[in-house]
Amino acid sequence: MSLRVDGLTVYYQSLRGDVKAVDGATFDVADGEIMGLAGESGCGKSTLGKGLIRLDARMRYVGGRVELDGHELPIADDARMNQYRLKEVSLIPQYALSALNPTRKIGRMATDLLHARGVDPHTVLPELRRRLQLVGLSEDVLDRYPMELSGGMKQRVVMVLSSVLDPSLLIADEVTSALDVSTQKAVARLLVEFRDRGFVKSIIVITHDLSVLAQIADTVMVMYAGKLAEKASTHAIVGAPQHPYTSMLLAALPEVGVRFADRRLAGIPGRPPSLLNPPAGCRFRERCPFAEARCAHEPPFVEVGPGQQAACWKVPAC
Amino acid sequence: MAVTAKQELRVQAGPRPSARRSEFLYFALRNWKFVAGATVVLAMLALALIGPALISTPPLAFTGPTDSPPSSEYWFGTTSFGQDVFAQFVWGLRAAFLVGALGGGIAWVIGAAVGFTAGYRGGLVDDVLNMLTNVVLVIPTIAILIIVAAYLNLHSYAAEAVLIGATSWPWAARAVRAQTFSLKTRDFVDIARLSGRTTRGIITREIAPNMSSYLLMMWILLFGGAILIGASLDFLGLGPATQVSLGQMMNSAYSSSALLLGFWWWFVPPGIGIILIVGGLYVMNVGLDEVFNPKLREL
Amino acid sequence: MLEGAGVLRLDTCCKSYRVGAFGSNEVAAVRNVSFEVQPGEVVALVGESGSGKSTIGKMILRLLRVTEGTISYDGTDIATLEHQALKRYYADVQGVFQDPFSSYNPIFKADRVFTMLRAAYFPEARDDEWRAKVERALEAVSLNADDVLNKYPHQLSGGQLQRLLIARALLLDIRLLVADEIISMLDASTRIDVLNLLGDLKARGLAILFITHDLSLANYISDTTMILRRGEIVEIGSTPLVYGNPTHSYTRALMASVPQLHRSWDEAEAALAATSPAHVSGENGARLVEVEDEHLVAPERL
Repeated sequence: MSLRVDGLTVYYQSLRGDVKAVDGATFDVADGEIMGLAGESGCGKSTLGKGLIRLDARMRYVGGRVELDGHELPIADDARMNQYRLKEVSLIPQYALSALNPTRKIGRMATDLLHARGVDPHTVLPELRRRLQLVGLSEDVLDRYPMELSGGMKQRVVMVLSSVLDPSLLIADEVTSALDVSTQKAVARLLVEFRDRGFVKSIIVITHDLSVLAQIADTVMVMYAGKLAEKASTHAIVGAPQHPYTSMLLAALPEVGVRFADRRLAGIPGRPPSLLNPPAGCRFRERCPFAEARCAHEPPFVEVGPGQQAACWKVPAC
Repeated sequence: MAVTAKQELRVQAGPRPSARRSEFLYFALRNWKFVAGATVVLAMLALALIGPALISTPPLAFTGPTDSPPSSEYWFGTTSFGQDVFAQFVWGLRAAFLVGALGGGIAWVIGAAVGFTAGYRGGLVDDVLNMLTNVVLVIPTIAILIIVAAYLNLHSYAAEAVLIGATSWPWAARAVRAQTFSLKTRDFVDIARLSGRTTRGIITREIAPNMSSYLLMMWILLFGGAILIGASLDFLGLGPATQVSLGQMMNSAYSSSALLLGFWWWFVPPGIGIILIVGGLYVMNVGLDEVFNPKLREL
Repeated sequence: MLEGAGVLRLDTCCKSYRVGAFGSNEVAAVRNVSFEVQPGEVVALVGESGSGKSTIGKMILRLLRVTEGTISYDGTDIATLEHQALKRYYADVQGVFQDPFSSYNPIFKADRVFTMLRAAYFPEARDDEWRAKVERALEAVSLNADDVLNKYPHQLSGGQLQRLLIARALLLDIRLLVADEIISMLDASTRIDVLNLLGDLKARGLAILFITHDLSLANYISDTTMILRRGEIVEIGSTPLVYGNPTHSYTRALMASVPQLHRSWDEAEAALAATSPAHVSGENGARLVEVEDEHLVAPERL
């Protein structure tokens, strides 16, 4: 599988104008790659993930091209995208835990979902049951109501349902956020297992938690205020981040072993710019300690090392 | 610079910022349902207030020819007893508003008190109040009112209003209780407790203001409901015998076979009067719902 | 200094709830928890969801009643405090909660949390005195008065709202702050600022009960760490000891599950399997056994 995104631009419509949530995103995801999409709230990562599969009523496709396995995804056309959803591209939405209808049994919801995608549930049920067992859930989970399951169990059910048709690309939106540390580990590892077993070809893991990505992602892409800041292998991002935002973000993470009395960590002063009227030039300029005159012009997202891209004038392009 | 920004600072004191009031008025006056409903209701209210002052004849006096249709002298004609229908209509409106305001008001006070207490206190208090609410809710109100009214021989609309108020509060209590339950779990209630607020203080100054739109709409619905119930009681002949209301007019018209005899001017005005007031109130309420809930606005 | 002055002490506290029809079943949220917070000490209360950590915080703040056991402050049982005495308690002990947007009444301005205190605690303060007090409190939390006063909660960021709540507590000149997951809903870049603020306040003598599920945060600022599981303390001790020598199997599993930037889960699990501490068994039904000075662990069955 291969995913090529070129200049994807998605805005939100609001009464006061367009919120430029994702502005010109260009990146690739290779076959078998788990790419982490990281950033803080409001950076556009969820919008980017959602935009690849369904633009909801408030989102507006403005431009750009998405190519999956060589053919273009008609993301702007809701009806035509239907034949790709769940089969080629699948999403585990944010708040999936509360997305389960409490008055419906899990099995009923699964068959409804498959019907809605034009798939005969009976052909899929045996495989569904097999996978549920694989993730450590018993078959009778299909006969249960959501409230009878724990948070971790519900998350696993949703993950299995989203990938039962073996989509090429799975987008996991904040699937580990509301979970306890031990469940988080189990769910994150499950994502890797899905990829290793071939249930899905590639995964985009959207999260604000860089340390989880450090565990499971092959590459990490960092977003800031609707723009891509940096993309590199996990090893490079964690060990040698190039973009100032990435390095400051990493420096703000207290790891076990760091104590306030010994070494005071620094946050990033200020707030992200409003996306209704984002400033011209580099959007991180206001908060960047390295800002200079040329940052008034927006730096391009270019290759700055083998397999590493960043959008910063300070980092020389290859 | 002599004066710094800090010196000009005012620390906010008091809860009602004027910005919210004007935002409410802005949207309210632009909502045609609210404006239409309010206009009709206010027109009827004006008629109810000033009408009786302008009409010299008492409504139950036998003043004119019997059974005469509307004319320039008697705008709504006369009854089979020679009474001025228009005079009765206008006095009837006044009675309707009285019953609505008093009955609706009493139901509102009881409903809010029971709802807030049950919702906030929870536990045993909630269980008891819940049981009480359910009992009063389940009793067929009209039946009870009929029986009680028949026994008590009501002498005034105020008494009728009290009776209505005392039996129509349960749904309001349930609604307030549900809202209070959900607001109670919010952290700002805990912060208020940590600031030394009493339970009563929290209900009146933290929770109720958050529900102000709901409480207003509830009052409007209770007002309209009380008028309807009052008209029903009067129509059945259970209201005060010596006074005039819209329902009572319809009762007299019915017992004098006005429908069969074609004296439409006797029963049509009171009916339309009730429809206009209650209907106007409900339409106003729908409009208010749109004003308070931005998601419903057709922007 | 009087013995026990300014000390918060919990003695075998339990909290259970009655659920089911007519309260026929009992669920224990907190079981036999005992610990102390000394003046100026930061105690981290670490636990996953369902561990009872928030319940303990609310019991200390008198928002929930203790079912069994006592909580005492300055030697007095807080369950006995009423009216004026309770007000004095709240002048010493305050709380900040997890969701900044739920902590403010959305229809009023954010700084109303200050004015709510004025009538109860500073009734005779003149306007200019009050203003000065508020500004001092805002400075202590590094907030600019112009940025945050006279604004509605939805106009401020999560970080500003949490700091405003801390400023509110400082207005009362408290001695103990119960911080219940106060930064878990904030962004990574602002989280560390609020955490540093707590560190600064501690340096100025404020005691903090830092409730969190995040082990790395607890390690950053606390003096003492307590690990809770299903309402019971499984390990408690001075932070370097608990982190350096985790003894209880639950603590060790928890530490191995924390995702870290520079250590994979596999490495953590291998390190865990490599070391196995001396097994702690309980004699005389003791709830906690001392494994070293300032480090206690709950006994486990093999």
